[in-house]
Amino acid sequence: MNGAHDMGGMHGFGPIMREDDEPPFHAAWEGRTLALSLAMAAAGGWTIDMGRHARERMAPADYLASSYYQIWLAGLQTLIEENGLATREEMASGVPDAPGAAVKTVLRADQVAGVLARGAPADRPAGGTPQKYRPGDGVRVRNFHPTGHTRAARYLRGHTGQIVRVHGFHVLPDASAAGRGDQPEWLYCVRFSARELWGEQANARDHVHADQWESYLEPA
Amino acid sequence: MAHDDHHHDHAEGSQLSDTALRVRALESLLIEKGYVDPAALDALIETYETKVGPRNGARVVARAWCDADFRKWLLDDATAAIASLGHTGRQGEHMVAVENTPEVHNMVVCTLCSCYPWPVLGLPPVWYKSAPYRSRAVIDPRGVLDEFGVTIDEAREVRVWDSTAEVRYLVVPMRPEGTDGWSEDELARLVTRDSMIGTGVALDPADLDAAGS
Repeated sequence: MNGAHDMGGMHGFGPIMREDDEPPFHAAWEGRTLALSLAMAAAGGWTIDMGRHARERMAPADYLASSYYQIWLAGLQTLIEENGLATREEMASGVPDAPGAAVKTVLRADQVAGVLARGAPADRPAGGTPQKYRPGDGVRVRNFHPTGHTRAARYLRGHTGQIVRVHGFHVLPDASAAGRGDQPEWLYCVRFSARELWGEQANARDHVHADQWESYLEPA
Repeated sequence: MAHDDHHHDHAEGSQLSDTALRVRALESLLIEKGYVDPAALDALIETYETKVGPRNGARVVARAWCDADFRKWLLDDATAAIASLGHTGRQGEHMVAVENTPEVHNMVVCTLCSCYPWPVLGLPPVWYKSAPYRSRAVIDPRGVLDEFGVTIDEAREVRVWDSTAEVRYLVVPMRPEGTDGWSEDELARLVTRDSMIGTGVALDPADLDAAGS
């Protein structure tokens, strides 16, 4: 979706505000929000792509006015509601109106280290699926505007680059976010010249690289 | 400007307490529903507050500086090389290391959200997740680097890596001059978080002295 989250190349946000000796969390609720998001993904069984898409679906004005963990909180509440695990009223009051629904798994403290160390690899067996592009091939990011989740950033669409690396056969976020399963595809690292993306103002030597799935690309 | 700052602080303050209350209500609801175990939440927070952070990545870089075979392995298969030092898992499942050279400076961003290599760098700083960095890193990387105090010669290529998939990038900064014969432990102290994002360079040995270390 062409949302407020897709920020590459936008102007007007001002200087980058850095902080010396920054703590991992600036308030206790930030840590709780991160932990609740990780634990509820295990309980609700939603994918990382569904999580990202829930955050991206915030109204653009709200997204831009929120801190990062406020965006995470909004996304988490959206997924809890959409998965029928609690109502907005329950979340606001903190008091259940009905007993809990059945969930996939309840993450226990003694499982945390193992779950984090394993992570959730996004590669899948290619099973002989042919690979359309090779390093050195020219490609163009398609001029497409899906209303759902995608990782084809707007600033890349319609632009031509070169395949520099094949990462493997990875879950397609566009499908995974929509609950259509993994639908894995070949994933490529594409190198774009800065001039191709931004014109004469860019340094002629500079490049931007982005990882793009095969269905995002066409030969060029 | 002073007025804007005041307004901003005020808005932030009242939002914060409101948000803290919302999170408290949500947590107590989810515990009562039986969906989450509060001890697991504590363990998750403790992990990212105390166990995972940029010192992990600094060890990886220092090893690459000292050990040519490890450096080659890291550049060929970063996931396996980094796993050999015990750093694996969430938000580092698929790692790629990119090396700075006299010809190339690398810099990492996630324009679409906040993808960041947690096992080697910990959680991202606020600026990395902020609109100014996400918007400008791809269109004006040299301007961003200037703000971080890093000036890149016109003749040197800047390579920006936008983390659009589940692949996470780690920058291997250049080893500073004057560190011949240094141990891995000593070298690791020169490797800053920002030098592994590419918005900084490794510390000069003189910087360590200046910091009184």
